[in-house]
Amino acid sequence: MARVAVTVPASAKRGEIIEIKTLAQHVMETGFRRTQTGELLPRDIITEFVCTYNGVEVFRAELHQAVAANPLIAFTTVATESGTLEFKWTGDNGYVATHKAELKVV
Amino acid sequence: MTTRRQFLALACGTLAASELRAQLDPNIQAKRKAALEAAISKVVGDAPVRAGKVKLDVPPLIDNGNTVPITVTVDSPMTAASYVQAIHIFTEKNPQPYVLTAHLGPRAGRATLSTRARIADTGRVIAIAQLSDGSYWSDTVSVIVTLSACLEDGLI
Amino acid sequence: MRAAALFFAAFCACTQAGEIPLAERRSGYEFMGRETRAMQDDDATNPALFALLDGETLWNRADGAAGRACAACHGDAAQSMKGAAARYPAIVGGKPLNLEQRINACRVEKQRAAALAYESKELLALTAYVARQSRGLPIAIDANDTTRPFIEAGRALYERRQGQLNLACAQCHDDNWGRSLAGTPIPQAHPTGYPIYRLEWQAMGSLERRLRNCMIGARAEPYGYGSPEMVELELYLMWRARGMKLETPAVRP
Repeated sequence: MARVAVTVPASAKRGEIIEIKTLAQHVMETGFRRTQTGELLPRDIITEFVCTYNGVEVFRAELHQAVAANPLIAFTTVATESGTLEFKWTGDNGYVATHKAELKVV
Repeated sequence: MTTRRQFLALACGTLAASELRAQLDPNIQAKRKAALEAAISKVVGDAPVRAGKVKLDVPPLIDNGNTVPITVTVDSPMTAASYVQAIHIFTEKNPQPYVLTAHLGPRAGRATLSTRARIADTGRVIAIAQLSDGSYWSDTVSVIVTLSACLEDGLI
Repeated sequence: MRAAALFFAAFCACTQAGEIPLAERRSGYEFMGRETRAMQDDDATNPALFALLDGETLWNRADGAAGRACAACHGDAAQSMKGAAARYPAIVGGKPLNLEQRINACRVEKQRAAALAYESKELLALTAYVARQSRGLPIAIDANDTTRPFIEAGRALYERRQGQLNLACAQCHDDNWGRSLAGTPIPQAHPTGYPIYRLEWQAMGSLERRLRNCMIGARAEPYGYGSPEMVELELYLMWRARGMKLETPAVRP
């Protein structure tokens, strides 16, 4: 199962800037490495990460081979209203991972 | 200049003929430099890239090039009138120049991004911020990448 | 000739020689850069996180012909496993067993499940999860009549020159710690955080894997996983690190 770990506060004050830290379990095979016998290991990476807040995109990232294995992406967003933060990772070979977090804004 | 990893692989003859030619290419650094410049042009076009506003936080002496923590922060009010649209991170010496591109907006509150990169060899890491007014700002850090003293990969 | 001999003697006297005094022992953590240490310190973003989550899942999953999970006998790992990893390798049935072997023994005998392969994702996850429960506790290996012969056997291996480079562990890690080898600082080689997430591997790995790396580096034939030599060496290293705090899961370059 595509494992991800997201750290986001459960609640925040309206207008507060919250920190979101995300980790995805992924080998991020660059496509530049070779086996002992010289065969090229094919590329297998996460290529995109999107965060939406009540359906509106608030952050997006394009990843390349130079992102390390088990990619960390940390960013901020303004706590505007209570609702759902949704996270989606997509990548090579049909890789998809999703996560949802509820945020209470007071 | 070949990296130490490449040299060790070369010395043990574990590279395929085509890569051998590529690794022995005396122009490999020039090609990578050209690729970096092309990648940056693709982002900024003809616009000038000014140093400033961007702070690229990356350790100058890297414990291991496989996983290098990077944080980019940009001095910007992040209001609807003035905000950072995107942050691009590049390296100079990797097989391909892109690391990550982040798309932000006023909803970010702060223009900040943290990730972990692979940096193959000693050289520059470059962060370019694209602002809502169409301007580009950058920060560059020169890093030293050392190789682990004891590797396990097939040298025997 | 005499001048050369005097010079050589003076040179040797300047290098540290022999065991590191207890008070001068430092974890590999202290030889890393600020940013790498931060990776270890933040539980939310420590790259070993997934191994811990997998380990917790395995702990609670019924397995084997007996259809029992670790939790069935051991309950909440945070309680039952507290201090366990700090005491391993331990003498079980007259010979030293490391934590991985102890977990496998439990699987085979109590769960009637197959042993997990060394360096398999599952064994690393379970070992990391168990060892994590001892984080912050001092390593508690005691030199007594039962352990002493094995600790001494391990010490002999640690001090033995080996491989094409004819190097003993002691020469780097006792005599030259803190100096640079190929641009990287030589740590004191205390196994304070195993299993670790090693940046070089971009994955979790055991102490045995790390020791094999070192031996391959010295162009020596590495000891096999789970071999008596390997476990004696682990026991010696843990005894050498007695009193130092366990950091599992550590991040190391």
